[in-house]
Amino acid sequence: MTFDPLSRRRLLQGTAALTVATAVPLRAAFAKETTIGFIYVGSRDDYGYNQAHAQGAAALKKLPDIKVVEEEKVPETDAVEKTMESMINLDGATLLFPTSFGYYNPHMIKIANKYPKLRFEHCGGLWTDKDPKNAGSYFGYIDEAQYVSGVVAGHSTKSGKLGFVAAKPIPQVLRNINAFTMGAKLANPKATLQVIFTGDWSMPVKEAEATNSLIDQGVDVVTCHVDGPKTVVENAARRGAMVCGYHVNQATLAPQAYLTGAEWNWEVLYPRFVKMFTAGETIPNFYRGGLKEALVKVSPYGSMVSEAARKQAEDVKAKLTDGSYVIFRGPLVDNKGKTVIASGVNRGQTDPELEKMDYLVDGVIGATS
Amino acid sequence: MKSDVLIAPDHLEKSSRAALREQIRGAAEVVVIPALALVAALALFGVFVALFGKNPLDLYFYMYQGAFGTWFSWQNTLTRAAPLILTALCTALPAQLGMVIIGGEGALLMGALAATSAALALPGAPPLAVQVAMACAGMIAGGLWIALSGALRQYRGVNETISSLLLVYIALALLNHLVEGPMRDPTSLNKPSTSEIGAANLIGTIPGTDVHWGFAFGIIAAVLSYVLIYHTVFGFAARVAGGNLRAAKVVGLSVSRLILIICFLAGAAAGLAGMVEVAAVQGRTNANLAAGYGFTGILVAFLARQNPLAVIPVAILLGGIGASGGLLQRRLGLPDASVLVLQGMIFIAVLASDSLYGRLPFFARKGGA
Repeated sequence: MTFDPLSRRRLLQGTAALTVATAVPLRAAFAKETTIGFIYVGSRDDYGYNQAHAQGAAALKKLPDIKVVEEEKVPETDAVEKTMESMINLDGATLLFPTSFGYYNPHMIKIANKYPKLRFEHCGGLWTDKDPKNAGSYFGYIDEAQYVSGVVAGHSTKSGKLGFVAAKPIPQVLRNINAFTMGAKLANPKATLQVIFTGDWSMPVKEAEATNSLIDQGVDVVTCHVDGPKTVVENAARRGAMVCGYHVNQATLAPQAYLTGAEWNWEVLYPRFVKMFTAGETIPNFYRGGLKEALVKVSPYGSMVSEAARKQAEDVKAKLTDGSYVIFRGPLVDNKGKTVIASGVNRGQTDPELEKMDYLVDGVIGATS
Repeated sequence: MKSDVLIAPDHLEKSSRAALREQIRGAAEVVVIPALALVAALALFGVFVALFGKNPLDLYFYMYQGAFGTWFSWQNTLTRAAPLILTALCTALPAQLGMVIIGGEGALLMGALAATSAALALPGAPPLAVQVAMACAGMIAGGLWIALSGALRQYRGVNETISSLLLVYIALALLNHLVEGPMRDPTSLNKPSTSEIGAANLIGTIPGTDVHWGFAFGIIAAVLSYVLIYHTVFGFAARVAGGNLRAAKVVGLSVSRLILIICFLAGAAAGLAGMVEVAAVQGRTNANLAAGYGFTGILVAFLARQNPLAVIPVAILLGGIGASGGLLQRRLGLPDASVLVLQGMIFIAVLASDSLYGRLPFFARKGGA
C-alpha cells in the first residue's frame, strides 16, 4: 500500500502506539477499566436476536470503568476465533460474549482453552464438565414469555387460527412453538396454530412469503422465531393481521397490530454478570433462568388487547414468575396423537428432557421434518 | 555464409533485448495499473468515511494495523486468505477457456460433505490415511460438481455461469438435507451437524503460526495452476481454445476434453477448500460451511485478472480487508457493511482500470511492436 507523507507520519505514531498496545494484557491487570467484547452473527439493529444482545451491551456502557467493543456480522467460522483474538490482542478484552449459537463449539471452546485467564460467556450453548472452566453458557427460558404471549394471542384471534414462522425444527424453536400454542389453547381451547419452517435463520423473502401464505389461509395472529422478526411483523401488520413479537419489542414497527411479545432481558443479565466478574466472583458456568430470574420478559400489551386477555395473561405470568406453574406437564399429546409426557409427570424448566424436544404438541398444524 | 553467421547473433541479441524490455514493461504495467486502481479505491473510501465524520487517516492506520500491523494481524489475514486462494482458482482456471464459473461455493460444500463422509467411513484408520482420503474425496466431489457445469455447457449448450450458480443452491440444499437428516449426529440438538471427524484427524496449523495448512495448500495449488496454464502444452492448448474456440477446433484440439479437465481441476481446488474447512476449522459439516468463501473467491479471481499466481496476493489483500474490518467496526464505529463498500469500490476500480492498459504514456509501446 502507498501512503502520502502525512499518513506515513500517522503510521509511525501508530507503530509507537502499537508498542504500547502489545503491553495491554500486562497493563490491564492494573488498569481500572475492564474491556468487554461482544460479537454478533447478524446486524445489531436487526429488531431481533442480535439487537437484543446489543441492548444488553448498551446497558453495560452506562457502567463506570467498563469499555465495550462490538463487532457485527461475524460468521460462525474461524473468523469468529480471529475476532475474539483480535479483541483480546488489540483491544485488551478480558471478558467476551460471542452471542451466536454456532460460535460455541469448536470456536469459543478453542479460544477459551488458548486463553485460560480470560472469561468467555456464550449464549445458548450447553456447557458441560468437559468444557473449559473459564467458559460458560447462559440462556433464558423464553418459552415462559411465549406461553404468556400465546394466552394473549388466543384471546385476540377471531378466526381461531394462529400462525408461526419458524427457522428450523430444532429443540429451542419447537419449545417456543409448543409453549405459544399451549398458551393460546389455555385461552381458546379450539385454537390451532399453523407452523411454516423457512429452513434458515435469516431469509427475509421466505419469511414474507410464509407470512402471506399463513394470512391467506385465514390466520389472524402471526408470530415467529427467526433472527430478525421485522419482515414478519411488518408484513403481517400490512395485511391486517395481529402480531406477537420475538427477541425484542417490535411495537414501533407495527403499533396498531402489536399485541405483545416474548423478549430477552439481557439488559438485566449482563450487568449482573459484569458485576460478578469485576468483583472477582466466578460466574456460574451453566446459567439459566426465566421470568423469575428476569432473563426474559413480556412486551407491554398493545391497546387492542382486551381486559380478559390482560387479566389471564398477568395471572399466568405471576404464577410462572413465582415458580408455581409448569408449562410442560403430563398428560401431553403431540400432534400425531402420541403421548410425549405421561400423566402425572411434570417437566419443570430445568428438565434436560426439554432441551431435546423433537415434537409439536396437539393443536399445531405442521411437521418437524 | 560467413557474414551471415557474423550478423545473425548481433541481430538476435538486439531483438531479444528489445523483447526482454517489452516483457519487463508488460509485467510492470500489470502490477502498476491494479496498484493505482487500489490506491484510487482507498482514496475514494477515505472520502466516503470522511462523509461519516471519521478521519480517513485513522481509517488507513486501523486498516494497516488490523491487517498487517502485528504478527497476530498477519496471521489473521493469512487465515482469512487461505480459503480464498483455493476458491478463486475455481473461477480463474475456467476463465483461461473463456468460461465464467461462479459456483465455487457449491464445489466447496460438496468437497466438505465428501471429506466428512470419507473421515466418518474410516473410523480408527491412521490420521494421515484419513486426511489423504479426505483431501481426495473433497477434490473429486468438488471437481465433479464443476465438471458437471462444464459438461452441461459443452454437450447441452447450458450457460456455465447460470448452471454453476444454480448448482450452489442445489449443493446447499443437499448439505442441509444430509446434515439435518441421514448424516445428523443425534446429539447435535440446536445446531444440526454431522458427527465430528475426531481431533486426531484434524490437520492443524503450520508450525510456528496460527495459520492452518489450507494456506500452504492454496499456495501450492496456485503455483501448480500457473505452471499448468503458462508452461505446459496442455495449458497452451487451453489458452488457444479460450482465445478462439473455432481456431482451436481447426487445429484439432479436443475442446470437450479441455473443458472437462479444466473444470474438474477448478472444482477440485474449491473442493479442497471445503475439505480444509472441515479438517482444520469446523471438525464436522454443518450449515456454518456456507460462509460465502466461494463467492468472495469470484471477486479475488477477477481482481487477479484470472492469473493463478496473482490470486495469491489478491487473496491476502482481501483477507487483510476482512481482518481489518473488525477493527474499523470497533475503533471507528463503522457498520460491517462499510467493508463491503470498500470491496465494491476496489472491484469497480480494478475493472475500470482495464481500459488503461496500453494507454499510460510510460507504458506506451514503441514502433508498433
